[in-house]
Amino acid sequence: MSDVAANRERGFLRVAFVNRSFATGIVITALIAAMALLSFFWTPYDVTKLVVADRMLPPSWDHILGTDQFGRDVLSMIMVGARNSLAVALVAVGIGMGIGVPLGCWAAARGGWIDDALMRANDVVFAFPALLSAIMITAVFGPGAINAIIAIGIFNIPVFARVARAGALSLWPREFVLAARAAGKGSVLITVEHILPNIANLLLVQGTIQFALGILAEASLSYLGLGAQPPMPSWGRMLFDAQTRMAVAPHLAIAPGMAIVLTVLGLNLIGDGLADVLDPKLRRRR
Amino acid sequence: MTAYLLRRVVSGLVTLVVASIVVFSVLEVIPGDPARLMLGMNATDDAVQALRVQMGLDQGFLVRYFHWTGGLLTFDFGKSYTYSVPVGELIAERITVSLPLALIALALSTAIAIPVGVFAAARRGKPADTISMAISQVGVAIPNFWFALLLVYVFAVWLRVVPAGGFPGWEAGIGPSLKALVLPAIALALPQAAILARVSRSALIEVLGEDFIRTARAKGLSREAALWRHALRNAMLPVLTILGLQFAFLLAGTVIIENVFYLPGLGRLVVQAINQRDLIVVESVVMLLVASVILINLLVDMAYAVVDPRLRTRS
Repeated sequence: MSDVAANRERGFLRVAFVNRSFATGIVITALIAAMALLSFFWTPYDVTKLVVADRMLPPSWDHILGTDQFGRDVLSMIMVGARNSLAVALVAVGIGMGIGVPLGCWAAARGGWIDDALMRANDVVFAFPALLSAIMITAVFGPGAINAIIAIGIFNIPVFARVARAGALSLWPREFVLAARAAGKGSVLITVEHILPNIANLLLVQGTIQFALGILAEASLSYLGLGAQPPMPSWGRMLFDAQTRMAVAPHLAIAPGMAIVLTVLGLNLIGDGLADVLDPKLRRRR
Repeated sequence: MTAYLLRRVVSGLVTLVVASIVVFSVLEVIPGDPARLMLGMNATDDAVQALRVQMGLDQGFLVRYFHWTGGLLTFDFGKSYTYSVPVGELIAERITVSLPLALIALALSTAIAIPVGVFAAARRGKPADTISMAISQVGVAIPNFWFALLLVYVFAVWLRVVPAGGFPGWEAGIGPSLKALVLPAIALALPQAAILARVSRSALIEVLGEDFIRTARAKGLSREAALWRHALRNAMLPVLTILGLQFAFLLAGTVIIENVFYLPGLGRLVVQAINQRDLIVVESVVMLLVASVILINLLVDMAYAVVDPRLRTRS
């Protein structure tokens, strides 16, 4: 049994890495993640140390990406910023999955008015432009990384609830679920043993998409000054600081933007690749 | 068809009511007393209390909620705490910036995305397809405010062909006003266009595999004719869905883009109002945006029925 599983696993990985999108995405994302992890132990310079004499230096051998208005090394700030971006987006996905998936599965298993009520509640959340509401939430509870996570996470809940419900609904009439039911299993057990493993693919693909969107949302919030607070570097905040100095130090606006684009690109490529590999029916279409 | 639309209208209204309760309750827990904020820290407690009574803040939650929603229904949004002008006037003034901005961006993104999607789908698998999809993949990943910064650097700081920000006001003439909206609209539109182009392409590719396309080709229609006359129309459903969703994105996008370009629109108004605890403005603008999202979704559903005759006869 475990051999079969291991073989399947190996087969999946082989197929996955042949997929160009997935392979490129994994490499990009791994680089960013490695940069974020490395920043816990080592950065080229200390991001909390201000060296006024070295302000706004253009890129050079000493400072590969230059320095900012306080003389801090931009590369070091990008590395620490990566930590912040990835953590906020990842936890926000966790919140969305952790609450959304059980809700979606519950709606699919019970049907009736519970299903109706949950889906109506979803509609309400979808009617709010997500970024606007995230701004509202961070304004109400105060700016900061934790509140940014909550604000982004809340809007992930209905997304995962919808995907889980749609996936689960298509599985409930299937024979293997009916068989499990006939064997006397309750709906919780059926959901855990039969539904969840079969919708895991869908959730994984959606997870990478929401991860990427979370990175963008976090950047927008911290650009508006509602995300992580200084002195904690964040990519969005760096862009805000760069804006007024565009004429004198354009290099400040390049690096954080590129970091955001690369991270989102990497995650989207993984998502695309996964969707291709996990759903062979889709492969024909591309 | 009528029953279907009626059901959609009712569910839209229910969503609107629930949304109004949510907005009102969330802003209820916002820290800080608006009356205290208006009068400053040195005001006496009596003065603050008097103002609270005048503003109706001393009344209960339900009374104020019904007062507020009742006002919304008659387009009486109340009076801004900080500007001391009717919120309706404030919104009417700001919407003349935000709405044109969102509409120009929507038009721009559609005008770019659909031809690109058709172009790529028609050349599926060829280098032109691969290249345009690679570009759109990067486009999806670009945050609009960063793109805005780059545009400002190239066109305002470097080439000096358009202003870097600000808005002269429509009374200064249509030309200068449109000029001030060009960069913001492009910044808003391009990342959305990238998404739309990808959706149009995959929707078209799916339709191009259908039997009726083969029939159209068999009866002697050229590839181009089959694509434009038969495939595009059938691929419109997913494209319309995304367009509806994008309008919500564009509205939210104006919030951040208006802050990049210092445009006096609804988005800037709402961010300023949040900072100043001008709750009545925040509530009204948010409700307006939510209502327009619901309305757009309703319009999309109606457009479905126009595009897809099967929906008209069903139910």
